[in-house]
Amino acid sequence: MSIDIDTARRVAHLARIAVAEDDLPALAGQLSGILTFMEQLNEVDVSDVEPMTSVTPMRLKRREDVVTDGGYPEKILANAPDAREGFFAVPKVVE
Amino acid sequence: MSELSKLTLAEARDALRKGETSAVALTEACLSEIEGAARLNAFVHVAPEIALDQARAADARIAAGDAPAMCGMPLGIKDLFCTRGVPSQAASHILNGFRPEYESTVTQKLWDAGAVMLGKLNMDEFAMGSSNETSTYGNAVNPWKVDDRDLTPGGSSGGSAAAVAADLCLAATGTDTGGSIRQPAAFTGIVGIKPTYGRVSRWGIVAFASSLDQAGPMTRTVRDAAIMLGAMAGHDPKDSTSADIPVPDFEAALTGDIRGKTIGIPSEYRMAGMPAEIEALWSRGAEMLKDAGARIVDISLPHTKYALPAYYVIAPAEASSNLARYDGVRYGHRAKLAEGDGIVQMYEKTRAEGFGKEVQRRVMIGTYVLSAGFYDAYYNRARKVRALIKRDFDEMFAQGVDAILTPATPSAAFGLGEMQDADPVEMYLNDVFTVTVNLAGLPGISVPAGLDAQGLPLGLQLIGRPWEEGDLLNTAQVLEDAAGFVSRPAKWW
Repeated sequence: MSIDIDTARRVAHLARIAVAEDDLPALAGQLSGILTFMEQLNEVDVSDVEPMTSVTPMRLKRREDVVTDGGYPEKILANAPDAREGFFAVPKVVE
Repeated sequence: MSELSKLTLAEARDALRKGETSAVALTEACLSEIEGAARLNAFVHVAPEIALDQARAADARIAAGDAPAMCGMPLGIKDLFCTRGVPSQAASHILNGFRPEYESTVTQKLWDAGAVMLGKLNMDEFAMGSSNETSTYGNAVNPWKVDDRDLTPGGSSGGSAAAVAADLCLAATGTDTGGSIRQPAAFTGIVGIKPTYGRVSRWGIVAFASSLDQAGPMTRTVRDAAIMLGAMAGHDPKDSTSADIPVPDFEAALTGDIRGKTIGIPSEYRMAGMPAEIEALWSRGAEMLKDAGARIVDISLPHTKYALPAYYVIAPAEASSNLARYDGVRYGHRAKLAEGDGIVQMYEKTRAEGFGKEVQRRVMIGTYVLSAGFYDAYYNRARKVRALIKRDFDEMFAQGVDAILTPATPSAAFGLGEMQDADPVEMYLNDVFTVTVNLAGLPGISVPAGLDAQGLPLGLQLIGRPWEEGDLLNTAQVLEDAAGFVSRPAKWW
């Protein structure tokens, strides 16, 4: 499976990474190379094999559904590039 | 004073308990070595005030007779660990300026045990790389040198490996998703262990591929690895995949007796084009274990060749999901926006500026293999192959194999920049012997075992049964003793 320029553009957008038009051909080539490498997996007979969900047979622990932490919005916002009045600030999303 | 920074953890612990030195003296010695080693670019944030405070507290604890094994030990911490108030940016530009308000479980456990944080260590960006060349801080440099070239310390825990090998700290933390502890350990002549998946909490460690990531110690000796792993391991309610089982005394497992143990030699690891000296080292390692009373058997792990392609589906898939959080909203870098840019442009520009090329590639590959129409063909197929890879190991262990011996890396350390024009896939081949262990969730350790013809260190890897790190460390120590690797890099920096 090789990735063409349109697919590369679409993947970049899905990944929310801006890629300049001029860089798309090289990117498409690299992604195709990696996918070709992955295609070796098609040689393996995986019929009757369940996809692995957990590498160690373990049941995820459950914990009580209670509040154990919180109450410090200033710490939560301390690293934000733009925080105002106790909120993260972003460009306008609703017209 | 520089001799103090050369001590092993075991030696330093004993010296502290006997009152022959102090945690402050050890810490000052390391800080002074770090100051003189800027050329190695191993430490990227130094925290002398925190270090000396912690060292004084450790001395007080030792004086009071309350001294756990790690008390007073000056450590380097990989930049992937969140450390409260100290920059923690996974060597990425996108986390520029990030100072966590919290402490990772592993580092908290180390500080609770009295250890001292010297600072943060260089690494590949988001732990994606095998040469420490994808870091926003620039390359870390291997203290080993054979000619004019600067060599890679390996990756992703390259700064950790360089710092331990160059005696800038007594030991360091690393993390290993596909070989990121064991490959740099091998490239720098030190010991690195990746524990069983779930042995060590991942909470507070910047996530790369959550089903593969494990933290572990990088040390000068196997005994040190046993000591430090004991302090890092244990159940953590904050990591639902951390195992709620007791942590044994790993150091007590180092009996030196491996008589009757069965060591498997997997034929599939004998790769075409493998350098003769690596093959010879591997055979010598098997001989050493045999001389110590182990039984050496040839084994087969038939799905080995599919481990790398499976890994390079699964790890990027998980990374694309984990790295979605870097969006310029809550922490780190946000791109300057043009007039009229909306939130999607903010995400796209922020991530284009913040992520390096290799991280971008992996996020995009991960996005692709998880996208509608390709999920089954790539991601689900890779997870099925992963189940087969694990089954290969399970079957060998069921047949009585106690540990598996392989080379740690397909070559010795290479020159920085030498792989620059290579295909990304060529760099991935560095992980060929280590990545199976992550896919199967097993413990694996790299032990320095010899020098190549140029005089660079080479490592051997031992792979153990799940949860039996003690037994694995014991076998590793036998190998370490028999190999008698004592070479150290000559100081040139």
